[in-house]
Amino acid sequence: MSYEAAAVLDTETHDAINIDRSKGDFTFPERNKFDAGRGLTGKTIDYICDVKNDPQWLRDFRHKALQVFLDKPMPTHWASKDLDNINFDEIRYYLSDGEKPKRSWDDVPDDIKRTFDRLGIPEQERAFLAGVEAQYDSEAAYSNVKEELTKQGVIFVNSTEGLHQHEEIFRPWFGKVIPTADNKFSALNSAVFSGGSFIYIPKGVKLKQPLQAYFRINSENFGQFERTLIIADEGAELMYMEGCTAPKFETATLHSAVVELVALKGAKIQYVTVQNWSSNVYNLVTKRGLAMEDAEVRWIDCNIGSRLTIKYPGVIMKGRRARGEVISIALANTGQHQDTGAKMIHAADETTSNIVSKSISVGRGRATYRGQVHIPKHLKGCKNNTECDALLINSNSRTDTYPAITVKGNRHSTQHEASVSQVSEDMLFYLMQRGLNQGQAMSLAVNGFINDLVREFPMEYSVELKRLIDLEMEGSVG
Amino acid sequence: MRSYFPRDMSLHIEDLRATLEDGTEILKGVSLEIPKGEVHAIMGPNGSGKSTLSKVIAGHDSYLVTGGSVTLDGTDIFPMAIDERSRAGIFLAFQYPSEVPGVSNANFIRAALQARLPQGEEIDAVAYYKRLYGKMDLLEIDRKFTARSVNEGFSGGEKKRNEILQLMMLEPLYAILDETDSGLDIDALKIVAKGVNAMRSPERGFLLITHYQRLLDYITPDYVHVMAEGRIVRSGGPELAHELEKHGYEFLKDLALA
Repeated sequence: MSYEAAAVLDTETHDAINIDRSKGDFTFPERNKFDAGRGLTGKTIDYICDVKNDPQWLRDFRHKALQVFLDKPMPTHWASKDLDNINFDEIRYYLSDGEKPKRSWDDVPDDIKRTFDRLGIPEQERAFLAGVEAQYDSEAAYSNVKEELTKQGVIFVNSTEGLHQHEEIFRPWFGKVIPTADNKFSALNSAVFSGGSFIYIPKGVKLKQPLQAYFRINSENFGQFERTLIIADEGAELMYMEGCTAPKFETATLHSAVVELVALKGAKIQYVTVQNWSSNVYNLVTKRGLAMEDAEVRWIDCNIGSRLTIKYPGVIMKGRRARGEVISIALANTGQHQDTGAKMIHAADETTSNIVSKSISVGRGRATYRGQVHIPKHLKGCKNNTECDALLINSNSRTDTYPAITVKGNRHSTQHEASVSQVSEDMLFYLMQRGLNQGQAMSLAVNGFINDLVREFPMEYSVELKRLIDLEMEGSVG
Repeated sequence: MRSYFPRDMSLHIEDLRATLEDGTEILKGVSLEIPKGEVHAIMGPNGSGKSTLSKVIAGHDSYLVTGGSVTLDGTDIFPMAIDERSRAGIFLAFQYPSEVPGVSNANFIRAALQARLPQGEEIDAVAYYKRLYGKMDLLEIDRKFTARSVNEGFSGGEKKRNEILQLMMLEPLYAILDETDSGLDIDALKIVAKGVNAMRSPERGFLLITHYQRLLDYITPDYVHVMAEGRIVRSGGPELAHELEKHGYEFLKDLALA
């Protein structure tokens, strides 16, 4: 599909989605009016609260979260020891120019506008999006949603605006799907979060076009901690897409987001990520959705860049017949570790979950799948399907699979399939005999491996994904 | 043979020697010249080195070339990588084509054609499909085939027809068909032969590798060579194939192979 898709796109759309690694590798001089400085203490929290004019309840929430963060040990008893290399005292936790997000690109400061122009965001917005939020370091620089959606009561703003202007919807769900103490990084995010999206889709409103957020890191030694909360009211439907890039700095950069989704009765949320961080970024993200009766939450998650990604999108199926799905693609090149997977918590009868994970390890890249499926004894009629396939590109690469499926009671059905394969010498010989060079041959084989999952992506993203994989594969062979 | 023929118009194999990685010699001095416009057949018993010859020409790295030369229209092909040889005009129809899961036939063939274009030039999708469908019709291949993954779940006959389809789409200067007839029923064999015959041209040379005479009933070769123990031991016209069919490879025992 991806090849056909590439051909039918007009040039403008094709150019608009033409995002590649090198395209993200640039930076503009910092122009920060507000800088919380390096390191994290109670003073950092107060600085952020003052700048953002947080209400008292949030100030208290942040301070408590900081304590949880400090108290919790690094999870290196099971996760990568590379986490120990993060120097929390060197990181800058809040940077902004003090400007409010603009509704028109014309009002966005010039270098920030140029950044998003180069990443193709305004063109994408014109081509196929219902709304866009563009975050630059700690705060959104641009945020806009189509007027007819606003009239229908759709809210698409940054988290600060969400909690100030829509507290009655924001506050009841904020921190409920992912509690502060869920893990060390969700606590960190809860303490210092800034930016991210707040979305509310009213009852019965079904968005035909996706909403998109783009997260851009511009400053070195910076930590980006966006916080996203999406609420789809009864019968509402939306697709949200996020993209992310950062320039390649010499030092490590931290991205630690928390994303909470709430799908009320009969609602559907699809959350699509194409993560393309540069290879110095620690990407430690907690994402979870809550699906009520007959609701559906789908995570379509693609991780190509970063130094270390730890991310297991989850769905808590709390209402009867709720459905949860994680479609995950990870590509780990030399110097990268993609530690990804899924969590499916069945908490009502007749709930269904599906996990399909495909990972590709190239060179000395490492891909890890961690899955957790929980079906308790008192429920009946629950189903889970888990498939994880790994593709190894050469003998130095590594893949691990840690599936943990806990099913109690005998009124459920689960299946689990896993496979590890390699691009064989015979296949390469065959492809190259038809005139493809080694990089193109690898790229075709890899795209074939993930092809059935790429179809799940919106067409615009599947083309970008193919391009990113081509670039990775071209670079991976001599 | 026929040294009068200008070398810049042929695939010329001269005293080619090749071993396996463990040093076992498979090709022990093969000489053969395939001028454009001619169809040559190599016959021979199993293990005679026929398939190895095709793989060495294509550039498979399981074999070590220890002597001799192969030139394509006068150019030494040994410095070229597998894909460069392909783009220079050498096509190998595989005896056992690989499966490529998730990659559709249409995308695969298109990628192969795209690889032959200069950077920045794109294949015209409409013209491509028109041409592809034309060749598929000739080979009696169903349209659904374009969306299926390359060779995945294909019958033997479908795989071989797919190889001929690729041959027809890529239009090489020299096509080597490695036991394309094996595992084919008579109807499939006729279709494959139809495709090959349609591709015969003064601009193109063919090397058919086969164990049986059967294929040569439908594709009449200009020359037939018999290979045994890594050498070409006899050459002749099409009648040689019939002779082999009648008497088998028994006569080889009479030849002084040592």
